[in-house]
Amino acid sequence: MTWVGKSALRKEGDSKLRGQAKYIDDISLSGMMHGITVRSPIARGLLKKIEYLPGVNWDEFITVTAKDIPGNNYVALIKKDQPYLVDEKINHPEEPILLLAHSNKHILEKARSLIKFHIESLPPVFTLEEAIKQDPIIWGTNNTFKSYAIDRGDVESAFKDAHILLEGTYETGAQEQLYIEPNGVIAIANEKEGVTIWGSMQCPYYVHKALVPLFNLPPEKIRVVQAETGGGFGGKEEYPSVISGHAALLSWKAKRPVKIIYDRMEDMVATTKRHPSKTRIKTAFDKNHKLIALDIDFTIDGGAYATLSSVVLSRGTLHASGPYFSSNIKIRSRALATNTPPHGAFRGFGAPQSLFAIEKHMEFCARELKLDPVKFRKLNFIKHGEILGCGQLVKEKIKLNSVVEKALIESDFHKKRKAFVKTNKNSPIKKGIGLAVFMHGAGFTGSGETFLASIAAVKATPEGKIEILTSNTEIGQGTNTIFSQMAADALNIDFSDIEVVQPDTAHVPNSGPTVASRTCMIVGKLVEQASKDLKQKLISAQLLKEKYTRKEFISACKKYIKEIGELKGSSQYKAPSHIVWDEQKYQGDAYGTYAWAAYVAETSTDTRTFETTVDKFWAVQEVGKVINPLLAKGQIIGGVAQGIGYALYEEVIWKEGRMANNKMSNYIMPTTLDVPEIEVHFLELPYSYGGGGSKGLGELPLDGPSPAILNAMEHALKITLRQIPMTPEKLMAQMEEINK
Amino acid sequence: MRAYLPDYSFHRAKTLTEAFSQLEAGAKPFAGGTDIMVLLDAGALPPDNYFDILAIKELQGIRSTKKALSLGALTTYSEIRNHKLIQSNFPILCASAREVGAIAIQNRGTIGGNIANSSPAADLPPGLLVYEAQINLISKRGLRTLDYTKFHLGYKKNELQKDELIHSITLKPEFQKHHHFWRKVGSRRSQAISKTMIAALAKVNRKRIEDIRIALGSVAPTAVRCLEVETFLKGKILSPSTILEAKKILSRDLHPIDDIRSTGKYRLIVSQNMLEEFLCGIG
Repeated sequence: MTWVGKSALRKEGDSKLRGQAKYIDDISLSGMMHGITVRSPIARGLLKKIEYLPGVNWDEFITVTAKDIPGNNYVALIKKDQPYLVDEKINHPEEPILLLAHSNKHILEKARSLIKFHIESLPPVFTLEEAIKQDPIIWGTNNTFKSYAIDRGDVESAFKDAHILLEGTYETGAQEQLYIEPNGVIAIANEKEGVTIWGSMQCPYYVHKALVPLFNLPPEKIRVVQAETGGGFGGKEEYPSVISGHAALLSWKAKRPVKIIYDRMEDMVATTKRHPSKTRIKTAFDKNHKLIALDIDFTIDGGAYATLSSVVLSRGTLHASGPYFSSNIKIRSRALATNTPPHGAFRGFGAPQSLFAIEKHMEFCARELKLDPVKFRKLNFIKHGEILGCGQLVKEKIKLNSVVEKALIESDFHKKRKAFVKTNKNSPIKKGIGLAVFMHGAGFTGSGETFLASIAAVKATPEGKIEILTSNTEIGQGTNTIFSQMAADALNIDFSDIEVVQPDTAHVPNSGPTVASRTCMIVGKLVEQASKDLKQKLISAQLLKEKYTRKEFISACKKYIKEIGELKGSSQYKAPSHIVWDEQKYQGDAYGTYAWAAYVAETSTDTRTFETTVDKFWAVQEVGKVINPLLAKGQIIGGVAQGIGYALYEEVIWKEGRMANNKMSNYIMPTTLDVPEIEVHFLELPYSYGGGGSKGLGELPLDGPSPAILNAMEHALKITLRQIPMTPEKLMAQMEEINK
Repeated sequence: MRAYLPDYSFHRAKTLTEAFSQLEAGAKPFAGGTDIMVLLDAGALPPDNYFDILAIKELQGIRSTKKALSLGALTTYSEIRNHKLIQSNFPILCASAREVGAIAIQNRGTIGGNIANSSPAADLPPGLLVYEAQINLISKRGLRTLDYTKFHLGYKKNELQKDELIHSITLKPEFQKHHHFWRKVGSRRSQAISKTMIAALAKVNRKRIEDIRIALGSVAPTAVRCLEVETFLKGKILSPSTILEAKKILSRDLHPIDDIRSTGKYRLIVSQNMLEEFLCGIG
């Protein structure tokens, strides 16, 4: 039998259900101390002095400041601008200044209140507008972490020839990942043993890379182990490098294990969020309503340090034209610095921002042109053989129209669109239905995968079981299960014969980070190839024939280990020849493939309270082969719920660069009562370079809901909405504006 | 948790006498703790001496006679929402108790604590105002009874003296012929703190309003009874222009502010719209 395509049960599901799975805060080591981070109260300034007020016996505490760092004081990622601890310059509220450890975790809270920082404040930058003005300059020479320019055709002359020009500006807010388990790690660090980290994380090798310069140790003296992880959504992509470094610095000085666990408030106020964005779009149409020129200006707020902003910007830029074709395209984009905590990775990684803008803009254009929004979109959809905004020729067959048709039929779109207009007339509750169409490229951008050159391995045990060795983490999304399904099929054995080894940099190869749906599509393929490599070894050793049974395979493995030795298969990523990318022009095959989707939202807005609820949601997508239908459906449903939060509820309230609503009672995430029934439909076009034929799917449900929901609200209320989160307060203001 | 627990002391008072001596010593009562624990967790509760009153029998339970219903200060939201007589006579209290936090909070939080905390965003006070409840306060000096309308004095300020505890709330079941209206607008459908809420009662006879009571929460330093609107509406037959005028008058009773949950403007307009919704439903 084959396992790919079946809803195999989660490998780790049993231990999670029984409460046996060990999350980082379940682990305690003998002699372990607890650590906390004391942070900057202001957004920008110069640290002059740290004062330890009386009230506790300071001799009992381990204190670490920038001066105690044995190696280099920067968090190694892309740039070297972010310090582990403030030396003198403070660049955002809640920036780490001082670390404290004590064996009694409660007294640390008292000590925290007895730390006084003497700071000379400097003028800060909080908004994109202030960052552009460069008054003051807070980062580099012009407050710009990165910018991109894409030019194709001649936008200026197309604008001159246009039948009609339409322009709009769209804004998206920050969003908190809100994984169930906050950030946490345990560190053992000393000169003899080096540094070992256990923690909740997505990317053990990112942490590894960051700790090498921090301690100036050779790579083999650093070991990073992923503990069971309660969700990430990108929030545990780069941030664990920071908290791991902190715990390790305390442990290095204390010569004892140190645990740091953030509480929810600290996790919300101090760690990364989705980049806020602002997008201006100018479009030109000919008299047949064909898009002839697209001019996009896309800006994101990166916060105080570069972190991953350049890459987030890249993905946003490359998705900015959506699933539409225009022969003339101009895109300018930039990631700017502000004095807020750095924004970072979050499910979708820049694409939800720019896709929101283009999908809202296309809806706006349809209305201005008095066209049916579906017909208008279809007229301008990208087709096989045409070139996407990023310069990528669509070489594969695409099923965009089928995806859209499925969404329209399942939601009864056209009928409802007409019916609601009638029923809305005499009701204070206005119903609407809206569509969003989009695509998402999985895996690293451009030559990113080639640069990563990921390696995956599989290994037989003396008992004839197969272990999968990768650095890709199970964070709730199903890594363990889908890898096991793919390996079982590649080896023609049973799902229960496969074990996935806990990611530990001392034992697993670097198969790259657990991000961008690359685990399933890219690393899944490597797992398959490594499995075939192992099988080939058995065949070459004449222990196995080309056709075999499960029993024969198991005994062949046992025999090989007994007679020859270690039995391991491995595979390293090589870019398929169809992927060509020009880094200089920033043009070409940005992604190996794309998933295509059409989402429909049905909403009700109460015009007395301006509250909007999503009544029903349809998510239709073509994602290559679906590896595990149950997990895939669950991931879409969970993501749509998160997308509903992004569209309507989740607003980060900034005060002086600091998140003021860092509690789950005032940062409003939708509850089960706020999330409707979500229908999920998959269309399948297997991608031959993806594990099991898969493309990526995890990001889609963050791309689609916000434009679909706002398009539905526009249908209901007959107004133009251009920003998220569209809270009742903002909607009221917009409706007042129009009634004036 | 951002608090250093050894800096706090916590005792349990089993009798009123023990409670009175705790009060005398300056300790603060703890009646479920659903507000206090939030502050403690955030490190925003000043170290102090606290005493738990949950075990005091005299303050527990719902007692009913023909003429009145008495809710002990330690009556939980869950007890309120599940009580048959409250359901039939004071449905607003059940509806508002049902919308407090989550089930765990409803099992733990008490009416006395809710009132004593004197937050304008508390869910029960608007209902108590329109039902014209009486509040009974107890101290060594004895029991005294106040109209609930007189209890709240300002933001987090009330009539409770340093030596007093809330004993109970008395309600008279005399609203069987009234329309009862409750609507809370929070930031989501459950687990939400209110942005504005309205409790309202009206008795209508041949389209004419014979009796009307309106109270709102989260729109002023305390929950407010909207007497100007009530006076205007009493005796009137509802028409679109009367409703429009009532909405205008309502704004004089309210003093909503901008805060982390909403804006003053939103609170005002939505409060007016909820009044309209209520009035349209009884006309």
